[in-house]
Amino acid sequence: MTLEEFLTARRDAGRALLVPYVTGGVAPGWTDVVRAYADAGADAVEIGLPFSDPMLDGVTIQEASDRAIAGGTTVTRILAELAALDVEVPLFAMTYSNLVFQKSAAAFCAALRASGLRGLIVPDSPLEEVGELAGAAAAEGLDLALMAAPSSSPERLREIAARSRGFVYAVTRMGTTGEDGGISAEAARLGRDLTALTDRPVLFGFGVSDPARAAELARHADGVVVASALMRRLLDGAGPRELGEYVASIRRALDRPLDREPDEQYAPLPRHRRRPDRQDPVGPLPRG
Amino acid sequence: MSEHALMSDPGTTGRFGDYGGRYVPESLIPACHEIEAAFRDAWADPGFRDRLTTLLTVYAGRPTPLTPARRLSRELGITLLLKREDLTHTGSHKINNVVGQALLAQRMGRRRLLAETGAGQHGVATATAAALLGLEATVFMGERDIERQELNVLRMNVLGAEVVPVTSGSRTLKDACNEAMRHWVASVGDSYYCVGSVMGPHPYPWMVREFQRVIGEEARAQCAAELPAAVPDYVVACIGGGSNAAGTFAGFVGTTARLVGVEAHGGAAATSGRSGVLHGFRSLVLQDDDGQVREAHSIAAGLDYPGIGPEHAHLRDDGRARYATVTDDEVVSALVRLARTEGILAALESSHALAWVIRAAESGGIAPGSTVLLTLSGRGDKDIASIRELL
Repeated sequence: MTLEEFLTARRDAGRALLVPYVTGGVAPGWTDVVRAYADAGADAVEIGLPFSDPMLDGVTIQEASDRAIAGGTTVTRILAELAALDVEVPLFAMTYSNLVFQKSAAAFCAALRASGLRGLIVPDSPLEEVGELAGAAAAEGLDLALMAAPSSSPERLREIAARSRGFVYAVTRMGTTGEDGGISAEAARLGRDLTALTDRPVLFGFGVSDPARAAELARHADGVVVASALMRRLLDGAGPRELGEYVASIRRALDRPLDREPDEQYAPLPRHRRRPDRQDPVGPLPRG
Repeated sequence: MSEHALMSDPGTTGRFGDYGGRYVPESLIPACHEIEAAFRDAWADPGFRDRLTTLLTVYAGRPTPLTPARRLSRELGITLLLKREDLTHTGSHKINNVVGQALLAQRMGRRRLLAETGAGQHGVATATAAALLGLEATVFMGERDIERQELNVLRMNVLGAEVVPVTSGSRTLKDACNEAMRHWVASVGDSYYCVGSVMGPHPYPWMVREFQRVIGEEARAQCAAELPAAVPDYVVACIGGGSNAAGTFAGFVGTTARLVGVEAHGGAAATSGRSGVLHGFRSLVLQDDDGQVREAHSIAAGLDYPGIGPEHAHLRDDGRARYATVTDDEVVSALVRLARTEGILAALESSHALAWVIRAAESGGIAPGSTVLLTLSGRGDKDIASIRELL
């Protein structure tokens, strides 16, 4: 089952999707964190392959990346550790273009595939630059998720929605990863626009700092990616058990029925969005 | 042979051969498109060009002279001509680019300039242009560079700019670039990112080269007046990101002159980097076997950049330009030698180009009697304290 099939099935079963993140190699035994996430109700886990110059990351993920690199981790080592890990939910990689293109996009995707990963996301490979990588990912059966931002034009959103695989990563705000910031109207609008354009799951990321915010955001899309809030706790000393408990608290918030009236502009999004009769708005596209 | 003429318009994809492009997060793509459209429009507008030329003339001190280095030429057995960017306002070629970009920012209705700086030269130039045009300036500078370049920090403060210390990573120029980009993502509505070299996502490498082209065009005309053969045998410039070299080469790429870019031994992306993606573009990057970017080290803070502009990577692959390295010791000797033979105190950055010329002339790498144009990108006043320890 692909990442997209897995996430879509869970979404269509009425579940708000929860994708926690961990930086590969951030601490010895970090794969126990992945297992704890899965046991706590994650629907997929995002694995950061640390890069020295993470342009789109705020201080927390920067610190986690620096720590992992200083600890001597490498992509090869992280992938080997993941290959030995058996969890029930799909894993996908998040990293930067420089690591993807070390040998070639094809070699990188083959290595991800061999370690059991199901997809990847590369924040500094936007639509303009993603062609070769998209082909390589498709050839290995990996889902390459694309990012959409509040600044994306309607035309770009259509293309992102059409070419993204696995899910669409909706960036909640103009800024870097991190915990600060509330839920903006532009985030809600972006979620609505994307879910109207595609049946693929749409997940919010950036600023998903606590269970309440996760639940609030999930009303406007299919779920959330939680990264800095977890990595901050890990850097402050939390172990797999505490991190798992925190993910479980987000899971509970996502599963709880809303206890207040929806805002005026948008009613909560129904989880079942797939309509078999609906045509893809930009027509069918070959995978990759 | 490449499909397009070298050093021409790289089109909407911003590619120079395999290099360049636009490797930035989706959030920044609309800003890159907007800047490209605004630059194309401005560059085709005679009114904008006039305004820029006027400011470069009455404010920045252009055209800069071409100085024959007579005593040093005699010692080396060559004819050495110096393109004097050190004589511009603020003391380096950086002013050519920032006046252009600040005018563009103003034309786009932005009220604040963001900039990264290593040695502080681009930061000072940005603060200067911002003051001139009534814009705000926020300059990102590595904590380590702030300690090393205290005077330039003061200059920026006096000029009214905010200097933001960068504490991430190696706390030098590459981290200042990361931080400026992160800040740009969050403030793209009212701020304009004034990139300091021929790097960053398209259109920056091309746009900055075009704003620096004035160096090469002036020098070409001056050489035609000065040299019997009209064109020098060699055109030499130092390379960090590579903006003064790109501007200089642009004036000579269509001639018979041999183009030489000189890097610091400890920051030699063109000679020992591998293809990679950093700060929004694909180029040659200093990195370890795992793809983590290495820190560049040299005596000249302005050359401590682990990549080179994408167009230089392409010129190298194409063979039209060659790239060489010199050591810190050669650089200091060259600086002192120029000071004592010509009475010109060059920046450590520019002294890299000079060090290569001296070595090549003395070793026979440059034939006796050759003519050499060297872009003296900046003045050395800022380096006096660091040189003192090395004499």
